[in-house]
Amino acid sequence: MPSKLIEKHLRTDRLPHIWCPGCGHGILMRDVCQAIDNLNLDKDMVTIVSGIGCSSRAAGYMNYNTLHTTHGRAIAFATGIKMAKPEMTVIVITGDGDAAAIGGNHLIHGCRRNIDLTIVVFNNNTYGMTGGQYSPTTPTGEKGTTAPYGNIDGAFDLPRLAKAAGATYTARGDCYHVPLTIKLIENGIKNHGFSFIDATSICPTYYGRKNKKGGPIDMMHWQEKNCISKTKADKLSKEELEDKLVIGEFYNEPKEEYTDLYQTIIDKVGGKRNV
Amino acid sequence: MATNRCRFKLLQGNEACVEGALAVGMRFYAGYPITPSTEIAERSSVRLPQLGGKFIQMEDEISSIAAALGASVAGVKSMTATSGPGFSLKQENIGYAAIAEIPIVIVDVQRSGPSTGLPTSPSQGDVMQAKWGTHGDHPTIAISPTSVQSTYNEIIRAFNLSERFRTPVIFLMDEVVGHMREGIELIPTEELEIIDRNEKMINGLPYAVGEREYIPHMPSFGTGSLYNITGLFHDDEGFPTNDNKMAHDEGLRLMKKIEVYKDDIIKYETIDTDDCDTLIVCYGGTMRAVLGAKERAKETGLKFGIFNPITIWPFPEEKLAELSKKIKNILVVEHNYGQILLTVQRIVKDNSNVHFLGKIDGTTISPDEIIKKLQEVNSNAQ
Repeated sequence: MPSKLIEKHLRTDRLPHIWCPGCGHGILMRDVCQAIDNLNLDKDMVTIVSGIGCSSRAAGYMNYNTLHTTHGRAIAFATGIKMAKPEMTVIVITGDGDAAAIGGNHLIHGCRRNIDLTIVVFNNNTYGMTGGQYSPTTPTGEKGTTAPYGNIDGAFDLPRLAKAAGATYTARGDCYHVPLTIKLIENGIKNHGFSFIDATSICPTYYGRKNKKGGPIDMMHWQEKNCISKTKADKLSKEELEDKLVIGEFYNEPKEEYTDLYQTIIDKVGGKRNV
Repeated sequence: MATNRCRFKLLQGNEACVEGALAVGMRFYAGYPITPSTEIAERSSVRLPQLGGKFIQMEDEISSIAAALGASVAGVKSMTATSGPGFSLKQENIGYAAIAEIPIVIVDVQRSGPSTGLPTSPSQGDVMQAKWGTHGDHPTIAISPTSVQSTYNEIIRAFNLSERFRTPVIFLMDEVVGHMREGIELIPTEELEIIDRNEKMINGLPYAVGEREYIPHMPSFGTGSLYNITGLFHDDEGFPTNDNKMAHDEGLRLMKKIEVYKDDIIKYETIDTDDCDTLIVCYGGTMRAVLGAKERAKETGLKFGIFNPITIWPFPEEKLAELSKKIKNILVVEHNYGQILLTVQRIVKDNSNVHFLGKIDGTTISPDEIIKKLQEVNSNAQ
């Protein structure tokens, strides 16, 4: 028997989902639904846009307007939807490879425009769908099926990247701290501008197995013990922060939103609204 | 902008493309600057907000077509334009539009050469890419206008076909037509036949089609029907499937929706084909040079007919096959190394001798070169 939330927000006839046992993505998908429910949004006016990868299969299970696009391009598709229908709540569900590798350019330009989109990255530090290759958020030194001797690339700190590029709301959540992550997604949706939530997932099948992180429960315990709030982290030294993952709201500074600015151009040159 | 109300105007092909698109209802444009199509983006940026529409300059070619597709999903007629390298970059999302059945018009103002090539020079080197550029089997509609007026008229038809068949339409211009200036008549919206996509779902299923029909009636996002759109093969609800039978049926339907209605899509022009020994097959900007050669027929004594496939994909095969039965020589004139030539050879078989005139140096094909080639064809035939 699915819960009332699941019944209301998911396409239950399409479950079970395709994710591996122990994957964190289901928790994060539910968090997005709970945030939408808490905000009492009209489902007809919610669009979920996703790219390609494990994360992006979420869209198909969610009972809103859902658009499963091409690899890396979800933010670009979402930009078109938001321009066409500014009254629509547009949420992008993407992964670390989708958002930060192949889609990295669209991510920074979405941030720069401050267009009212909420990006939730189901960040599992790997390319799960293709079998566990290293991604732009695989920590340096860790392994993937294409980094058999350890990854020599540096990893992105995605909320910092988003802030630097112009996002007006940035945060990080995870699978263990559910109420916090729901709140962060809620606040991201509420921000009238580009919001970026790095939602740390767990991938016991590939990332976890390759790097001897234990099973799903061990990986959840790691998040329980090692995720610390920004306030706590601010008081710790660099050494003390080494194996920690800082979660919470990082940045929240609203500024003029892109589709509003475009409407001022339309008003100025005499165009009518919604022609 | 009082001047915009004038029915007759001196316009560039690229500008006429925008005006025609606006007349048929284009209200969203996303693009990236690239020669020789940039004027399409520039004019769209001026004109769209005047009509309450939206323009956005995206960070690259890929996001431009993606944003245009997003706007189309939300129910707004959308267009993107590009040239050469940009057309290559857009290919993946053209395939997405084809399988997800999202209407969109993609303008390609062809320029010379592979890679960066000769960016400001004309060519017709993307004809086969327009058909086969995106991976996998997929339907293609491509239209190639020959003049500024034809650009205005045909972009309207391109939108109508895209809306009716819910498929990407490639508007295959070339630098000659894009930068040509001519006085044209801007037929106003009220006088146009405008086709809008059918959004009345069948049995509440967005991708379902009626009996003996091939086109689904998906509603726009935000109109109260919640469903999924994906680039994966999918069922009638739009949900992904791995079922081979379903993939086969969907793939077949996508091809059939163009094949079955090809007579509604195909458009061609024939000039003096009733009584000619030689037929020139040409399209797009090259048509002008062929017409130039024709104007000098009295002086040169050369008699020839012209076959101009305005709809280049699907190619008007039946008409050409019929013509070829009574024609000795067919000369394909196109601004490339021989692309439509291959299609013509396949259709004509042994009915006629097929000759070719083309070039890849970035200069236009001149009427003189056509006359010379015709003389050569005639002397060989004697």
